[in-house]
Amino acid sequence: MKVGDFISVRDLEKNDIDFLLDKAEATEKKMAEGCSELDGKVVATLFFEPSTRTRLSFQTAAQRLGAKVIDFGSTSGTSMVKGETFTDTIKIVDGYADLLVIRHSVEGAARYAAKVAEHPVINAGDGGNQHPTQMMLDLYTIRKLKKKIDGLNVCLVGDLKYGRVMRSLMYGLAMYKANVTLISPKGLEMDVEAVKEVKQKFNAEIIETNEMNLRDADVLYVCRIQKERFTDVYEAERVQKEFRVTKEQIDGCKKDMVILHPLPKIDEIDLAIDKSPHAKYFEQAKNGVPVRMAIISELLKKK
Amino acid sequence: MPLSVEKIEDGSVIDHITAGHGLHVLAILKIDEKYAGRVALVMNVPSKTMGKKDIVKIEGKIIDEKTADKIAVIAPHATLNIIKKGEVTSKNQVEMPSKLVGVFKCPNPKCVTTTEKIETDFEVEKRSENPNMRCAYCERTFTPEELRE
Repeated sequence: MKVGDFISVRDLEKNDIDFLLDKAEATEKKMAEGCSELDGKVVATLFFEPSTRTRLSFQTAAQRLGAKVIDFGSTSGTSMVKGETFTDTIKIVDGYADLLVIRHSVEGAARYAAKVAEHPVINAGDGGNQHPTQMMLDLYTIRKLKKKIDGLNVCLVGDLKYGRVMRSLMYGLAMYKANVTLISPKGLEMDVEAVKEVKQKFNAEIIETNEMNLRDADVLYVCRIQKERFTDVYEAERVQKEFRVTKEQIDGCKKDMVILHPLPKIDEIDLAIDKSPHAKYFEQAKNGVPVRMAIISELLKKK
Repeated sequence: MPLSVEKIEDGSVIDHITAGHGLHVLAILKIDEKYAGRVALVMNVPSKTMGKKDIVKIEGKIIDEKTADKIAVIAPHATLNIIKKGEVTSKNQVEMPSKLVGVFKCPNPKCVTTTEKIETDFEVEKRSENPNMRCAYCERTFTPEELRE
């Protein structure tokens, strides 16, 4: 892998992704045996924005590799409330840890942190921009379940405007020549430039629609309406109620179609679907650990 | 009847500015009512190559490389003439740089460059009439018009 930090899918080449997916697969097979590869290393998880799965799976990944984890909890317990700048916070933690995992609501925060810090930085989500490790575990899950990525019909459904996961995933899927259909409520479409970029770069087949037609889908990837990025919360709730995946909508879809979701899911997927064989999102969340182990291990190997 | 603008002794003449963008060039040069030197802006002058063009003459101001990069984004065909003692000492066409560092503010209010004291950094994606500028931090792309605002 050429990159020293893990900030954006746009920094990666397909070879890097293949390599990491293979490494994650090997890691998952050996996970039960335990590992002391990163014995003596310290990983800092700095979440300036709330998180459950990403934070816990990074911490689990680091600990399963034998590293210790430091974390400041929420920002309310830090010197940031006294006015300490983001820059200073990163410099301080860089002095304590061997690798920094950062989530922030500000776009480009992880890229900037990587310039400030001497140690490797992993972007665990920066505003509406990127969430590259989520994309990695999504690709990992798709490859594991469908035995390939290329040529699959993948529908990305939900808030494509504010969903950083969708932006990163569309790019990754386009790299693999998957057939991507973007399905979103009106007004929450994917950024025009982001779509144009993947079409030009990868000659990708991207269809954009507001209609929920899932008949040919091999993978249905749903994300919630990003209420926290709306100025009008009531509008966000209205859109969410109108735009959800129901059991009726998946009737008639392919038998082996899989439904993924980065979680947390609110009510964008009918609860009855959780029990259907299509629902694979809990397995997907579990895959976050071996994938993040592979990324952490690879970045620290380079140091 | 052609417009006549007197010569300047020392300063810069920016010719071949895309018609209608002369005012933007003045804004880039931070020329306002407080500027003491002589300034001429001629708009919509007939041009053989461009059809119409704007021209800016400024006395007492030599344009540096960073400012020339800014002008290139707004007016990619502009030529920059440096005048010393009434003579043209250099004449160059502005060049669209591959990177614009510390030149424009990122228009994305959620970008880290607006919340931290950081020099902005844009990658110029297309070397054409209408290039896009991608912020190295928030990764959003902007047109020259969006950056200018």
